[in-house]
Amino acid sequence: MARMTMIQAIRSAMDVAMDRDDNVVVFGEDVGYFGGVFRCTQGLQEKYGPQRCFDTPISESGIIGAAIGMATYGLRPCAEIQFADYMYPGYDQITQEASRIRYRSNNDFTVPMVVRMPTGGGIFGGQTHSQSPEALFAHVSGIKTVIPSNPYDAKGLLIASIEDDDPVMFLEPKRLYNGPFDGHHDRPVTPWSKHEMGEVPEEHYTVPLGKAAVRREGADVTMLVYGAMVYVAEAAAEETGIDAEIIDLRTLLPLDMEAIEKSVQKTGRCVIVHEATRTCGYGAELAAIVAENCFYHLESPVVRVTGWDTPYPHAHEWDYFPGPARVGAALQKVMEDA
Amino acid sequence: MADDASAKTNLSATTEELLKYYRDMLLIRRFEERAGQLYGMGHIGGFCHLYIGQEAVVVGMEAVKKDGDQTITGYRDHGHMLACGMDPKGVMAELTGREGGYSKGKGGSMHMFSKEKEFYGGHGIVGASVPLGVGLGFANRYRENDSVSLTYFGDGASNQGQIFEAMNMAQLWKLPVVFIIENNQYAMGTSVKRSHSDTHLYRRGAAFGIPGMEVDGMDVVAVREAGRQAVEHARKGEGPYVLEMKTYRYRGHSMSDPAKYRTREEVDHIRETSDPIKRCEQRLSENGFSDEDQLKGIDKEIKAIVKGAADFALESPEPAADQLFTDIYA
Repeated sequence: MARMTMIQAIRSAMDVAMDRDDNVVVFGEDVGYFGGVFRCTQGLQEKYGPQRCFDTPISESGIIGAAIGMATYGLRPCAEIQFADYMYPGYDQITQEASRIRYRSNNDFTVPMVVRMPTGGGIFGGQTHSQSPEALFAHVSGIKTVIPSNPYDAKGLLIASIEDDDPVMFLEPKRLYNGPFDGHHDRPVTPWSKHEMGEVPEEHYTVPLGKAAVRREGADVTMLVYGAMVYVAEAAAEETGIDAEIIDLRTLLPLDMEAIEKSVQKTGRCVIVHEATRTCGYGAELAAIVAENCFYHLESPVVRVTGWDTPYPHAHEWDYFPGPARVGAALQKVMEDA
Repeated sequence: MADDASAKTNLSATTEELLKYYRDMLLIRRFEERAGQLYGMGHIGGFCHLYIGQEAVVVGMEAVKKDGDQTITGYRDHGHMLACGMDPKGVMAELTGREGGYSKGKGGSMHMFSKEKEFYGGHGIVGASVPLGVGLGFANRYRENDSVSLTYFGDGASNQGQIFEAMNMAQLWKLPVVFIIENNQYAMGTSVKRSHSDTHLYRRGAAFGIPGMEVDGMDVVAVREAGRQAVEHARKGEGPYVLEMKTYRYRGHSMSDPAKYRTREEVDHIRETSDPIKRCEQRLSENGFSDEDQLKGIDKEIKAIVKGAADFALESPEPAADQLFTDIYA
């Protein structure tokens, strides 16, 4: 089986989807000729022509709005927003148009659109190139929010997203493009070629939206994570020796409630980790769900480990980032609290 | 660039054509009057933006549409839907929030769609529908059909940043889009003079090289002729076109409008001198048409249609509570 980085897997997903369905078009800032700022669309314009893979002006509202119009007419646009931090001018389109057209058109029109965007830190981009806005999407009904954590899932989830009849926000953790970053920034990252999830079929396959994956089975504590935090959680579990069950949510909406409840009811403890800021972050929703559904199984309070409530820092990235030391401390805390 | 101040075309129409326009404009006028009454009686809640005074714009543009051409607009959308041929019953029942409405009462006045009539909404956010109109233009080009996207918005929306993003993309890719700016002079209570650095809105696409034309939007035939030129331009693959329809709304922005931003005299003057339905009657008489009974017959027919719509909208049941949770995802 082929070995792919997450970038190659994402590119392969679009390639497969474009090959199978002429309605799939791929576009965004520097997406066509240049091949994408992170090279995710490299070669697609050469292969499919400038009608199907093309550059747009720097106009996020225009990009997403036009994609919605195309989708209502039956195309399957897959638009790239160069950084998740750039999506705000198009957020109006996402929340007011894409998410609601099915509802307000009596199911007459749908928006089968994907908006891909690199998310999180990892390139020392500071406050305008490192944000994790997933909670802003998960808060909106009518759209789906997907965050893969490895090349295999990235390809399967992206194909599933393109084939889905609802709008999907597809957030790609920049830290994971080249390898499973575990938060130890002072150590080299293992490349995907040496990780089992870097094995990616060349052909079409899907990973279903709304299904979490258990990355590590454990008996003591459930860790609810997604994206880059999967590997931070793995490192923390290993370093503390605590038998954690690590659940990679993969999609935030729809959420795999069953997987969460099953695990927390088994372990009786829960640690939630995300890179985004803390207050009203997605972890708050997860904590509420666990409290509502698993309260009588809990042996200690739910703990969140998140980015701080600050702008994403430049110089202080490793103080901000919820790395293995902070996550490990949270694991120890929930065990001691019992 | 053809930034003419007005269409240089022969402004005439046959009696048969004028009778159709008269009928279609009258339907919108009477429908809206009735909607205003139902609102006053408490049968319509929330927002209700009446189109009275602007009827010539949509009826004139409808005359140059071909099957497959799409229409998309903002929140003052009842006229567009009726002009597209959508059923007045379904539109009125959406206003009253009933099961029989186009969106089963879940959309309301500003949010209705019809796949059958290629009507892409009905959008409540000022300016947000315009990039969608450009996306429709892209889809037409991609599918290699010869359809044109008629993308309507108002003078107020023409100040939104995303309009310019959309215009740039439409011209860059030479998409079949006609941007129709319905300049009714007031963005809610703010006049064009108080909000636009350049009050000639047909020049809104000038920075992108998009041709524009100022049109007497109170004259259905002038609208039709300008529309023909713009739509042909787009259909031939020459890219987008901007039409500034100089028009006027007689009623308030919405139903809660103190109308302090203009005088009663101003409104009365326009009604007396420029009313699109009266102008159509004048054109009919210039054509030698003098059959008052036929006009009365049309009036009667329209009244019956509007009464039927209102009755339907009041009799149709409220949507069931479980409808709250349907049509969110596939």
